[in-house]
Amino acid sequence: MSDPEVPADGAPAVARAKDKSPWNWLLFVPILVPLITPLFNHDSPRLFGFPTFYWLQLLFIVLGVSTTTVVYQMTKKRR
Amino acid sequence: MGDHVTEIVIFTVLFLLVSGMGFVAARWRAPNDMAHLDEWGLGGRSFGGWITWFLVGGDLYTAYTFVAVPALLFGAGAAGFFAVPYTIIIYPLVFLILVRLWSVSHRHGFVTPADFVRSRFQSPTLALLIAITGIVATMPYIALQLVGIEAVLKTMGVTGDSTIARHLPIIIAFAILAAYTYQSGLRAPALIAFVKDTLIYIVILVAIIYLPYKLGGWGTIFDAADAKFDASPNPNDGILLNAGNQWQYITLALGSALALFLYPHSLTGVLASRNRDVIKRNMSALPAYSLLLGLIALLGFMAIAAGVKPLPGAKEGSVDSNTVVPLLFDQQFPSWFTGIAFAAIGIGALVPAAIMSIAAANLFTRNIYKEYLKRDATPAQEANVSKITSLVVKVGAVACIVFLDPQFSIDLQLIGGVIILQTLPAVALGIYTRWFHRGGLIAGWVAGMGLGTWMLYEIPNAATGRAHFGGSAFPLEKFAFIDSKTTVYVGLVAVAVNLLVAALVTLALRAGKVPDGGDDTQPDDYFADEGDPRVSVPTQPAGNTDPDLDPAPSPKV
Repeated sequence: MSDPEVPADGAPAVARAKDKSPWNWLLFVPILVPLITPLFNHDSPRLFGFPTFYWLQLLFIVLGVSTTTVVYQMTKKRR
Repeated sequence: MGDHVTEIVIFTVLFLLVSGMGFVAARWRAPNDMAHLDEWGLGGRSFGGWITWFLVGGDLYTAYTFVAVPALLFGAGAAGFFAVPYTIIIYPLVFLILVRLWSVSHRHGFVTPADFVRSRFQSPTLALLIAITGIVATMPYIALQLVGIEAVLKTMGVTGDSTIARHLPIIIAFAILAAYTYQSGLRAPALIAFVKDTLIYIVILVAIIYLPYKLGGWGTIFDAADAKFDASPNPNDGILLNAGNQWQYITLALGSALALFLYPHSLTGVLASRNRDVIKRNMSALPAYSLLLGLIALLGFMAIAAGVKPLPGAKEGSVDSNTVVPLLFDQQFPSWFTGIAFAAIGIGALVPAAIMSIAAANLFTRNIYKEYLKRDATPAQEANVSKITSLVVKVGAVACIVFLDPQFSIDLQLIGGVIILQTLPAVALGIYTRWFHRGGLIAGWVAGMGLGTWMLYEIPNAATGRAHFGGSAFPLEKFAFIDSKTTVYVGLVAVAVNLLVAALVTLALRAGKVPDGGDDTQPDDYFADEGDPRVSVPTQPAGNTDPDLDPAPSPKV
């Protein structure tokens, strides 16, 4: 993270430094994983009677929640 | 309708209760001056975490979704479950894009996505295209909310012989909705959303515990669905995806997610929140609705296991598959609980319908009325025009359902998703880059709209015997140069072509030294937050003397 106190060319540089964080790249994980159908397009193993196709995709919701939570927490500290 | 009396009474009582709340909402968190578009149309831009959660949740997960998604699973199986990945990937996307759009809108007083495009590309023409796209895409969406209510009314046996008698309950419901939206603006759906979502959560929690118990467990439910699809002649149904519809599943999930946050009503919910943190925290909390939606989707399979037969549709010989969930409830639950479930769906239609009509009205006011009809409109005049437009929009939606075949609204909604995606280069990419030439974006929009509409027109539907507008899954073999049984979502193909054209035309215009507009936004606008010292100051850079571009000052900071 660059030091926002030492802008190269005035206010806009501070702006970019403040808004950008490598943690944001983590957000692409829950964007891409739910789109990889070979991961979950199976019937077995079943969980509580749910075929993999259904329980694994419902589990991806947890993946999405954890990612946005982590990114929010990590980017918040950098204010 | 004799055996449905309990259901009808409970439905009516709950409906009247929330209508009362809608009118009282004008006094909830009341501003000093309601005669301002920021107050009427964005609830004062002051909503905190909880209100935003209910409002955006009530906005994105509509009654139509709750009725249509299980109907899709009932009819086609796994392909309908796209709603789950769709509503997972939307939140990281919002995190990346709408938070920045919130900031720039906060500083410049933007109310609509077209406001942003107007300033970012200094192009009233492009802004007009974005505004018209938004209005055209939103109108059928509002009409579809009525389809959700109608499915419930039909199941309760509330129908008549003549056109007017059959639609009278819906006309009354929408008249009430129109009246309190007119009076209370965005505060009405925000307050009602609390009731709506609480009811929906209760109903679904009960349904997913009680129904599997009654129907012999989840395993039995999935096996019943599997057996039904095995027996059907359609090659593309089943409880898993197959080679023919996997790409459709992926592209539809991605395309729908991209389209959803480009809809003007999503932005309305987001802009009404108080600061960036509220939005970011909500991106972790809103997926609770995705879990709800995933479980609701499975009601389609429960309906198969319970042997539900959908009611007949508007035309002879057709069936209205949207009635499967109401029928399942009616068949399995005691009638008092069915009444609550039906009220949840009915009220569930009111919240998004109100927000959508506000969003469409704001687009008209800001980007057509103020831009072309009355350049010096005061904030009070803006609020007034928006209020009246919201009434007109609702009358239009009711007329669509009463006088036209509801199928027409469903077709329009299908087109709506495809055309709203064509605003992606200007709005979503515009948030990150000013690289595109405004002429390139207009050319890309034209190309994407043209191709998207043509592709939809070319899609037949074997099940309903229609030659055109039969769905959004485009068989790739229709392109003469591809030989494949694979189908893909029209919207994503159209927006890819849109982007390509926009980029090529941008390069061509740059090479030809055609003048591009400037940019009224600055890089640090994109992370401005609550309490920003520059918010109430007109932030136009030197050289821009157009008084019309001055943003409306934000009253509450």
